[in-house]
Amino acid sequence: MKAIVTVLGSDKVGIIAAVTGELARLKVNIEDISQTLMQEHFVMIMMTDVSKSPLGIKEIGDKLKAVGENIGVDIRIQHEDIFNSMHRI
Amino acid sequence: MINRNEIIETIKMIDSQNLDVRTITMALSLFDCIDSDRKKCADKVYEKIVRKAGKLVETGEEIAAEYGVPIVNKRVSVTPISLVGAAGGGYIELARALDRAAKATGIDFIGGYSALVHKDMTPYENNFLETIDEAISTTEKVCCSVNVASTKSGMNIDAIAVMGRKLKELAEKSDSFGCGKVVVFANAVEDNPFMAGAFNGCGEGDAVINVGVSGPGVVKCALEKVKGEDIATVAETVKKTAFKITRVGQLVAREAASRLGARFGIVDLSLAPTPKVGDSVAHILEEMGLESVGAAGTTACLAILNDAVKKGGVMASNSVGGLSGAFIPVSEDIGMINAVRRGALSIEKLEAMTAVCSVGLDMIAVPGSTPAEVLSAIIADECAIGVINNKTTAVRIIPAMGKEVGDTINFGGLLGSAPVMSVSRFSPKAFISRGGHVPAPIHSNRN
Repeated sequence: MKAIVTVLGSDKVGIIAAVTGELARLKVNIEDISQTLMQEHFVMIMMTDVSKSPLGIKEIGDKLKAVGENIGVDIRIQHEDIFNSMHRI
Repeated sequence: MINRNEIIETIKMIDSQNLDVRTITMALSLFDCIDSDRKKCADKVYEKIVRKAGKLVETGEEIAAEYGVPIVNKRVSVTPISLVGAAGGGYIELARALDRAAKATGIDFIGGYSALVHKDMTPYENNFLETIDEAISTTEKVCCSVNVASTKSGMNIDAIAVMGRKLKELAEKSDSFGCGKVVVFANAVEDNPFMAGAFNGCGEGDAVINVGVSGPGVVKCALEKVKGEDIATVAETVKKTAFKITRVGQLVAREAASRLGARFGIVDLSLAPTPKVGDSVAHILEEMGLESVGAAGTTACLAILNDAVKKGGVMASNSVGGLSGAFIPVSEDIGMINAVRRGALSIEKLEAMTAVCSVGLDMIAVPGSTPAEVLSAIIADECAIGVINNKTTAVRIIPAMGKEVGDTINFGGLLGSAPVMSVSRFSPKAFISRGGHVPAPIHSNRN
């Protein structure tokens, strides 16, 4: 099952390390990653595969949210179908 | 693959433009609960709702978390109780059973304390209507709807007269609040997921998931980007936005149905506002170029909006139903509330607006001293618009006890607050007292 992780917030040292470290612990595989600064906001988008994780998307989301609160960015994970539904016919 | 801008757009819609799924409503048939023993009947109703909808709230929360889109309400609608309780007559017991089942399952509201009396009333339906004030004032989560007119059969003035009286009695017993849970319909639909009018029609299945989407804020933000451009661009922008909103509803509906072992019914395309800033249908109309909703041009703007929402939505879902139109409740829409306060919006203008959109005069507070026959006549006017124009119309009107024009009544939560509006001081008493049945309009004869 594919899910999209988005990280939004102000740029600082260690965001990628914190997020990817947590994803590795949760056995979530990162298939594609893009990162940019939009109007000084840090935006990172990762396409992930969660099928090997012992946790569901909801639980993974809770863990990522906690990481985000620690480092002061907004992290979420969403099933890819929400984006496919909205933007593809 | 989905690109970055599309991902950011979706997240913005949810985070700052109030995109949400307004309701997942599980429609349940209660025909298999009918029993001439009123206690047995109520027990069976409670048992079936808890069994079928026991996981509705949990499932809704799971889906919301996985897709990252809020699902605001989880609700249940049932077979019209006037029919379920006909053999035993225990309508009040059934209302209590519905309320207990709603509390046990943790859902927000349960709809279906309903009767379909658009042509005539049986004695048991007459008894049912007489219980509405007690049933709704002594329960918390039960919603009531009564269909009093249809294009195919005309208008039941006797039932309309009863409903005017019942609304007054309910307002007295519930300090007005109960009237927010009662709606009177013309051409009621059988698969509506929105309260207070949701019930599971007689032609529907045993357990069906119907979903209502929302997103007035998303439409308004999209229109902000086309300021000054021509009307065709406005319509096209609304259409594209409605497509995206509806796709979310379709996804959630399918997923919920499959996880709950129910059939997927319909997606209702209604744009449903809330009292929150940035979640207003009135503000969309103002974004289209009106100084205030209620100004000349309001009906035209609403017609453009409603039609474009449907065109985008129909493309996005394989099964569209329910009410499917922009809602224009006063108390639940901050833009409507402000328009009434600044003297821009009257009941008469709202009535005109209902001719081009669903659903009707919704969440409108009038002085508590308004006579029952005036409430009935307002219902009759709204029914006439529905019957003649072959559309659903509804009245959810609140006599605000002890309040006069200019006062405000607060409902709290999603129901918001409403300024008390003025009604005509001239009496329709002799008209409503005639009673009887308005024949079906000529265009009902289509065979």
